[in-house]
Amino acid sequence: MLISRKRFLQISAGSIAGIALSNLWLPKLLSASNAKNGKGRLPIIWFQAQACSGCPVSFIDTEYPGVDEVLIEVITLEFNPVIMGAAGDQALGVIDRMITEESGKYILVVDGSIPLEEDGLYCAVGEKDEKPITALEWINKIAVNALAVVAVGTCATWGGIPAAPPNPTGAVPASKVVKDKPVINIPGCPPHPDWMVGTLVNVLKYGIPELDSLGRPIMFFGPEKLIHDNCELRQYFDTGIFAKDFGDKGCLYELGCKGPVAHCDVSTRGWNSGVSWCNRSGGPCIGCTEPFFPGGTGSGLYEKLPGAEVPGLEKINASANTIGIALGGAVVAGIGAHAAARMIATKYRQYKDEKNREKGTPYILKEKEEEEDK
Amino acid sequence: MAKQVVIVDPLTRIEGHLKIKVEVENGVVTDAFSSGEMFRGWEIILKDRSPLDAPPIAQRICGVCPMPHGTGAILALDDAFDVKPPANGRIIRNLMLGAEFIHSHLLHFYHLSALDFVDITAVLNYKGMDPKLNKIKDWVKADLDAKVASAGAPFLPRYEGDYIQDADVNLQAISNYIKALEVRRKAHEMLAIFGGKIPHCQTLFPGGVATILDLDKIVAFRSRLSEIRAFIDNQYIPDVVAVASLYPSYFKIGRGAGNFLSYGGFPIDDSGNQYYTSGVYADGNISEFDAKYVAEFVKYSKYSSGSGLYPLDGETTPDAKKSGAYSWLKAPRYNGKVVEVGPLARAIITYIKGTDPDLKNLLDSALTMLGLEPEDLISTMGRHAARALELKLLADKMDEWADELDPGKPVHTKFKIPMKSDGMGLTEASRGSLGHWISIDNWRIENYQAVVPTTWNGGPRDDSGNMGPYEQALIGAPIADVNNPIEVGRIIRSFDPCLACAVHIMEGDREILKFRVC
Repeated sequence: MLISRKRFLQISAGSIAGIALSNLWLPKLLSASNAKNGKGRLPIIWFQAQACSGCPVSFIDTEYPGVDEVLIEVITLEFNPVIMGAAGDQALGVIDRMITEESGKYILVVDGSIPLEEDGLYCAVGEKDEKPITALEWINKIAVNALAVVAVGTCATWGGIPAAPPNPTGAVPASKVVKDKPVINIPGCPPHPDWMVGTLVNVLKYGIPELDSLGRPIMFFGPEKLIHDNCELRQYFDTGIFAKDFGDKGCLYELGCKGPVAHCDVSTRGWNSGVSWCNRSGGPCIGCTEPFFPGGTGSGLYEKLPGAEVPGLEKINASANTIGIALGGAVVAGIGAHAAARMIATKYRQYKDEKNREKGTPYILKEKEEEEDK
Repeated sequence: MAKQVVIVDPLTRIEGHLKIKVEVENGVVTDAFSSGEMFRGWEIILKDRSPLDAPPIAQRICGVCPMPHGTGAILALDDAFDVKPPANGRIIRNLMLGAEFIHSHLLHFYHLSALDFVDITAVLNYKGMDPKLNKIKDWVKADLDAKVASAGAPFLPRYEGDYIQDADVNLQAISNYIKALEVRRKAHEMLAIFGGKIPHCQTLFPGGVATILDLDKIVAFRSRLSEIRAFIDNQYIPDVVAVASLYPSYFKIGRGAGNFLSYGGFPIDDSGNQYYTSGVYADGNISEFDAKYVAEFVKYSKYSSGSGLYPLDGETTPDAKKSGAYSWLKAPRYNGKVVEVGPLARAIITYIKGTDPDLKNLLDSALTMLGLEPEDLISTMGRHAARALELKLLADKMDEWADELDPGKPVHTKFKIPMKSDGMGLTEASRGSLGHWISIDNWRIENYQAVVPTTWNGGPRDDSGNMGPYEQALIGAPIADVNNPIEVGRIIRSFDPCLACAVHIMEGDREILKFRVC
């Protein structure tokens, strides 16, 4: 559950040399946490900015290991407003103590986006000299002395709903505020508990996990984790059976499923102890792990992805329906529905780009795209 | 004795960013200010989107109570689209909302509130065989022996005060703190069985749900429910009673506004009957609830829009420099009255209306056992008692509802998005009355407003200067030690604040902070 098979084999073969970041941080991390309490637990300051608390609530939904095990054996949760006993200055004193006494040894976990407008006053915690201290100030202060930063949830990783147009508070993700520190992005609205616990365990035991270009651990969000590729409704897509109404059986493409463009492993891992997941329940994937979530003004989470041309099926400007039928007929060898999905993904990105240009892209998305282009 | 100012910021173990400031004279609170410290502009973000985006996006107002917001949103869409769910759709929505209540109430008592009363350090003297308690004991002890600064984190440090002395009660509560983590996780599993995932479920649509209903889902749901009902009856209620009987003074402290409102919730048929009755109890009189009397006042709120407006006519136009305004929270009032919402409000209204004999019997026997009068329920501890008893009855009811599901029948009625329409969705959330209002034009959301429980309970003064329920509850409360204001947390947490859903207040002409939900 916690590490992919490939990763496990890499580790058991003693070969993590391919992971530059891990090598860089591993010795420091281990000595840091050993020095901390002799038990190798990872000290955590979990700071909430413009959050809904869905991330910590999802975190405590962890099944194996249970949250009590995590708190006792994996991390030392020094600060988390939802769970901690202390309040007020006593609680904030914990942060001050960590920054001075444990500098360079703790991990900063952030959920929620960080507002920049109005000098950051849209989110404040505590006050000094009768002036509120903004989330922006806190995160800068805590991150400077942190070993690494873990952004959890789509708000902290990409901006999420608060940063959706017109972005009333100038909300940005943690990576736009934190400088000169590694930022691990664990997106999802909320993230699956295994992604959060698994990443922390990985950091503790093996260093920072292998990340993709957007800072996501590839063991949970890698290219092979496309929802559509691993969807249990995939057979319906391949045979052209599409749900036309909510509650119908069939592929959810026509109802707006974003599986062809969304990356995460819930289609195999399952949600909430594995009892279900989005598409299994009949509610189409809305792409909550992706930088485009929740889309621009004027868009809809349940808009159908645009049609795609399928290589080899000449001049068929195929909608998913025709793709499904064509592939179900097994006419063309070598054309995986895989490829079709990829085409859909590409088309969708182009479509979304155009749409965003029309309506005004949240600037964080623009910047992400520029980074991707580089 | 001079006035002392006590500030608790952040008030933790709630949802969101809350600051409480009180003035204390001779050990008693004489003035109180509650400030929410976050604003995101949800209503502004929803504008111009597809109406179908309202349930998933409105849910994300709050990660502790997403399902009530989803419920408010789909009810508003049902109303605007003029579509009704079939029986299966209605029941599945109720079961999902009920599962949310279980998760939320257990989380509230054990993980958010209990540490104000239970002495967590009692575990150091544990001598029994429970492996989990022994593990915690060894863990805290080892860190204390090693003089680790963070020993016992995240449970220590804490305010010192009059924690429970009885070792058995403490150990039982600590043991159930751990057990309740697992039980509330199972409540989330129940919700995910029909909703795909939680927090933030996937299957809420106007006209019903998208859930594919089959027998194994019903069985998986009821099996977990049965386990949870046993926990509620045998652990949760006894634990609440144990704590309540050790703190009789908290049946006198934290009274609040004394007026109550319930929209009613959990529709049980197609003709508008609901499991939770609606009503208003104000100035000693009970009356029927009428949505037209809901208005939001903004004299002291930082909005340039008009005051005293019905929510659908309301706007979210921030005006940070508005003269005289001191809060980002609007002040909702019912017919001009300050009212409290939540489990206590539901209990009082149901008790007086006499609509649920089971609840009346339970409340009466609890009052007799504790030697209390019905009036004593309007208090800090009364809120905990009302929450526990309503959960028992709701969980029992949910089993009956699950039995009514018919896998052969539809879960969803077809809908068409109207070009222009308005809708209102009123429900009861775990924390109290929740309303969503939507206005649709050109097939898009033209206006969206949510009035949430924490806005009712934690809102600022209205145009006539009347304080909100949080502030009223703090007035007159004893503070034994201004350096350890444990009483403030006890009183405010009894309301189960949810700040992602709302607040900001201020003092005189000096702004303290910004806040508002949604």
